[in-house]
Amino acid sequence: MDLYPLYNALRIAAISCVIVFFLGIFFAHWVAKLPRVLKGILDVVLTLPLVLPPTVVGYFLLLAFGPNRAFGAWMMSTFHVRLTMVWYSAIFASVVVAFPLMYRTARGAFESFDPTLRASAQTLGLSNSYIFWRIQMPYCRQGILAGTVLAFARALGEYGATSMIAGYTPGRTATISTTVYQLWRTNNDALAFKWVLINVAISFVVLMAVNLLEKRDRREAR
Amino acid sequence: MSVKVDIEKRLGDFCLNICFEAADVVYGLLGASGCGKSMTLRCIAGVVTPDRGHIEVNGRVLFDSEKRINLTPQQRKVGLLFQNYALFPNMTVEGNLLAALRGQERETAKKNVSEMIRRFRLEGLERNRPSQLSGGQQQRTALARILLTEPEILMLDEPLSALDSYLRWQTELELMDILDRFSGTTLLVTHSREEVRRLCDTVTVLDAGTGKGSMPVQALFDAPETLSACLLSGCKNYSRAEKIGAKCIRVPDWGAELTCGQVPEHLQYAAVRAHHIEIADGPGENVIPCRVQRVIEDVFSTILMAETSGRTPLRLELENADHLQTKAGEILYLRIPEARIMLLK
Repeated sequence: MDLYPLYNALRIAAISCVIVFFLGIFFAHWVAKLPRVLKGILDVVLTLPLVLPPTVVGYFLLLAFGPNRAFGAWMMSTFHVRLTMVWYSAIFASVVVAFPLMYRTARGAFESFDPTLRASAQTLGLSNSYIFWRIQMPYCRQGILAGTVLAFARALGEYGATSMIAGYTPGRTATISTTVYQLWRTNNDALAFKWVLINVAISFVVLMAVNLLEKRDRREAR
Repeated sequence: MSVKVDIEKRLGDFCLNICFEAADVVYGLLGASGCGKSMTLRCIAGVVTPDRGHIEVNGRVLFDSEKRINLTPQQRKVGLLFQNYALFPNMTVEGNLLAALRGQERETAKKNVSEMIRRFRLEGLERNRPSQLSGGQQQRTALARILLTEPEILMLDEPLSALDSYLRWQTELELMDILDRFSGTTLLVTHSREEVRRLCDTVTVLDAGTGKGSMPVQALFDAPETLSACLLSGCKNYSRAEKIGAKCIRVPDWGAELTCGQVPEHLQYAAVRAHHIEIADGPGENVIPCRVQRVIEDVFSTILMAETSGRTPLRLELENADHLQTKAGEILYLRIPEARIMLLK
């Protein structure tokens, strides 16, 4: 059994997860400070990929990154970098689809942050970046961690947008989810079932981790 | 050393408008909850920006809407003790104190912190998290943390209200020591007249966001000028009042006419403290006939609620009432001594 899809899916999910971690935190922090109307609009836009069908996300990505489209063509001609149908194309898809999960959980965690802690730290003369990294982030770490795990799980299971932008090439762009579909389509039920089990096992562990984190969070809150 | 504040801040329907000047003393901001006391301190600390006005500490302008000066909280060097103490939950007691000395050399900071830990009797708690401390210990940690930054003024937001009554007195005594030692001006926000009486020298009364002018604490209790100040000073009996003579007023809520001191113009209310009302033998000057509604035994006194012919009953507090054989329903003659009537604007 060729384990490339597992390896590829894990590296795509891991890299996407790191990107989404910082992007999600940045936007959660930044949007919270905007005026109300702008905040409402931006919040909807940033959450949209969560509810859009992945194929729609894939369509938008192809509009931007496709080799015949402006940005994709420019990348091709100046850097000779192809953005579609290569293994890292799936990262674009995973990032967009997993981003809202991180963004929303981080925002929720930041909203639970006691504003008097920030105020008191400011009056003590502490810089805003110290307050963010050394007081607010540790305070919100359970929520942030839960968001990261969810984003990882979502990135790992990404299928729709990935299949459109990265396709399915065995040994190159294949991930677990695209492999399952391909095996089922070619009547290789036995192997498909194995991959399904692997996927279920990983998701099970991830969700267990989220639950344990949330439980610890509640216990510490008491 | 002084603090000058003259600010306006609108928040929805609520409008804060406060103006006072405090110098070298413990200055009290007294008001019911939700009247803008905490908001005032937050404006001075710079964590809330007023819409308009001027804030000055020891001659240094912290905020001026006309000159467009608005220092960050970090630049203001004012200490603010929050009601919930706002200790950083992810740090130990020592970590919280060290955080206040960021920028100081590590060794010096450690030395200063350990001295502060000794001074505030926090020895043995250095490695504890805030959640493992009692209310009093949390407050001492928070105060130590503030004093390490050597603020020019100290602001305390309801410093005792988060404590249970058993701890409160001990903590109040400690607070008195700290305030005695602190050389700058202290602003103390509270809703408790007892705390104002015991801890403050000068006070301003905030009524629904509006606070104008200061008065010595003694004056608040002896001769309050407004109804809100009078009520905050703990007075339980008041009635609308109108002038009917140079030294004579009508109090419709008690259904009576009273002789009193010189009646000022713009008289609106008259009030009398519950323990200043006397029991008379029969009708006479300043005597109001009442029917006893209720006799209530308090901890060290007896409270009588007496129905007047007006719409509000009088509340009367007696310290040695063992001999008094009054029961509900009886008629009682209550005298309000001339000198005890407070005439309010």
